[in-house]
Amino acid sequence: MTDVLVCVKRVPDTSGEVVLTADGSGVDGRYAGYTMSSHEECAVEIAVTVAADTGGSVTVLTLGDDDSVEQLRAALAVGADEAVRIDAAAEDYGPADVAAAIAEVVRARESEGRPFDLVLVGNDAADTGDHQVGIRLAHLLDRPVVAGAQEVAVSGDRLDVRSSVSGPTEVFDVPLPAVLTVWEGGVDPRYPNISGRMRAKKARVEVLEPSGAPQGSGRLGLRVLPPPASNVEVLGEGKAAAPRLVDVLRELGVVR
Amino acid sequence: MSVLVVVEPEDLDDAGAGLSVVSQEVLTFARSLPGEDVDAVLVGLPCAGAPPEAVLAHCREQGVRTLHVTPEPRLDRYAARAWARVVEAAAEAGGAAYLVAGGTARGNEVLAHVAAARGVPMPCNVVAVVQSEPLEVERQVVGGAVLERVALAAERGLAVASVAGHAVAPEPAPSPGPAHVEAVAVELSEADLAAQVVRVEAKEGGDASALTGAHVVVGAGRGVGGADQFDDVEALAARLGGAVGVSRVVTSLGWRPHHEQVGQTGSRIAPDLYLACGISGAIQHWAGCSSSKTIIAINTDGEAPMVTKARYAVIGDMHEVIPAVLEELS
Ligand SMILES: Cc1cc2nc3c(=O)[nH]c(=O)nc-3n(C[C@H](O)[C@H](O)[C@H](O)COP(=O)(O)OP(=O)(O)OC[C@H]3O[C@@H](n4cnc5c(N)ncnc54)[C@H](O)[C@@H]3O)c2cc1C
Repeated sequence: MTDVLVCVKRVPDTSGEVVLTADGSGVDGRYAGYTMSSHEECAVEIAVTVAADTGGSVTVLTLGDDDSVEQLRAALAVGADEAVRIDAAAEDYGPADVAAAIAEVVRARESEGRPFDLVLVGNDAADTGDHQVGIRLAHLLDRPVVAGAQEVAVSGDRLDVRSSVSGPTEVFDVPLPAVLTVWEGGVDPRYPNISGRMRAKKARVEVLEPSGAPQGSGRLGLRVLPPPASNVEVLGEGKAAAPRLVDVLRELGVVR
Repeated sequence: MSVLVVVEPEDLDDAGAGLSVVSQEVLTFARSLPGEDVDAVLVGLPCAGAPPEAVLAHCREQGVRTLHVTPEPRLDRYAARAWARVVEAAAEAGGAAYLVAGGTARGNEVLAHVAAARGVPMPCNVVAVVQSEPLEVERQVVGGAVLERVALAAERGLAVASVAGHAVAPEPAPSPGPAHVEAVAVELSEADLAAQVVRVEAKEGGDASALTGAHVVVGAGRGVGGADQFDDVEALAARLGGAVGVSRVVTSLGWRPHHEQVGQTGSRIAPDLYLACGISGAIQHWAGCSSSKTIIAINTDGEAPMVTKARYAVIGDMHEVIPAVLEELS
C-alpha cells in the first residue's frame, strides 16, 4: 500500500503569448488562462497508477490562493483521493519556501500516523523553472530523491525508477519513503471521465495555513524579450520552391 | 576568491572527447563573475588516474587554474547527492565564492543538492551578469520568453547558479590556464549513495543523444498529420545525414517517442541547420531550437512564429514540399 503525495502548481498558460502584469512583477495569465505544469500532469498520472497498483491512496497538494483549487480538482478528476491547499500567495514563495511548506505537511501527516511513502513533484515549474523544490524537500525530510523520473514501479518497499532525460535510460532502485521529481515523457496523462469530473467537483479540499513567513525568490524584476526583427527570406510557395530550397541547402554546406 | 565550474565530459564512450560544449560555455561565462581564478570539477567521470588529455586541453584553453577530480571508486555510476559532495569538497579546497554548472538536467540536479545542503538560493538558467556590485544576474523563466533579474551575492559563503545552455558562446581565455589536476577526497555516507544508478539501458530505437549531437535536424510538428505520415520527414533527415526532432504535440499524441522532442521539456539542440516542418514555433519549442545556426521553416501559415523567426521559409504543405526537395536532391 503506497500512499502518495503529489504536488502540483497553478501556472499561467503560456503556449500563446506571454504578457506581464502591469507592474512587471509576474506573468499575467488572466486572458490566456491557467493550467498545471506539464511535468506535474505526468506526476499525477504516476501517483494514480502507483496507488492503484498497490492499493494505496493519492493526496494532491498545491500552494496557492483559492483559484488554485482548479488544479487540485483536475487531479481529483483523474483519480486523486484527497486534496490539500496550503493557503498562500505563491508569488511570495521561493523554491526553498515551497519545499519547507510541503515538508511541514508531510511531517504533520506522519505525526498523525498517516505517513506518505512517496512524494512526487514536477521536476521544474513551467513558469519559474527552478529545478530544486523536490531536492530541497528531500533534504528537509532526509529521504532519497531521484530527479527526472519518467517511469516508476513499486515492488514491496522499494521503487524502480527510470529516466532517459540525460541520454540512455538510467535505472534507479531506491528505498521508500522517497521523493521523486517527475519529467514528462514516460507516461501519458489520462483524461478525466464524466464521473471523475463529478466526483472532483464535490470533493472536499482541506485548507492549511503555513507557519512562518516566506523568504521569497530574490526576484528583482522581469522583462519580456522583444521579438527579434524578422529577417526571413521566403524562398517561395509550395513545391515550386524546392529548387531554391535545395540551393540554400547547398550554400549552407549540408548537401553536396 | 574563485569561481568553481562543474564540468561534464562530452561523451563517456569516446576516449578522445573533451568537455561538452555546454561546459565550455559555462567556463567562458565563469570569467564574467567577480572571481580571480576559475577552477573546475569534473563530474560524470571518476578519475583514479589522470583525466583524459582532451578534457585537460579544454580546461587549459578556458584558463582553468585547477581541475578537481575524485579517485572515489563508488562514483563510477551517477548519484547526484554523492556528486554534490565532491563538488562541495572541491569548492572548499579551492576557496570558491561562486559555484556554477550548465543548466543541463545533471548540472541543475547536482547544484540543487549543494544549494539544499548549504541552505543557499540557486537561480537556474542564468544568461548574463547585469551588474557586478552587488552582483545581479538575469535568468530565463517561462521557457526562455521572459528574463528575471535576481541578486546573486556570495554573502552566505557560496553563491550557486546554473547557466542556460547556449546563452554564451565558448571563447578561449585571454591566456591559457595551468589546469593543475588535484584529487579531492570525500567521505560518502549511505544516504549519499541511496539514489544511485544501478543500470543503464540503451533504449530501443535510440535516445536523445543522437538528436542533441546532430548537425542537421529535420523537425516535424502537428502539421505532419499523423503517426504514419513521417516517411518523407525521415527520408529527408537521412538524406541530410541528420536526426528527426519533433514538437510536444507530436509526442503527446503518441506519434513519436519523447526522446525526439525538442523544447523546454525536451532536448535543447544547436545544429548547423534546423528545418522545422509543420511546427508553429511556440516559445516552449523555441526554447529548444533557438540556438540552431540556421533555421528554415516549411509551413502553410506565412504568419506562424516559426516562419517569422526563421532565416528562410517555404510557405506550403510539407507533404508537397519535402517530396519535391527529395526529388531535386536525387
Ligand atoms: C510547460 C510547457 C512545456 C512545453 N514544452 C514543449 C516542448 O518541450 N516542446 C514543444 O515543442 N512544445 C512544448 N510545449 C507546447 C507548445 O506550447 C506548443 O503547444 C507546441 O510546441 C505546438 O506544437 P506544433 O507546433 O507541432 O503544433 P501547432 O501549434 O498545432 O502547429 C502546427 C503548425 O503546423 C502548420 N501546418 C499544419 N499543416 C501543415 C502542413 N501540411 N504543412 C506545413 N505546415 C502545416 C500550422 O500552420 C501550424 O503552424 C510546452 C507547453 C507547455 C505549457
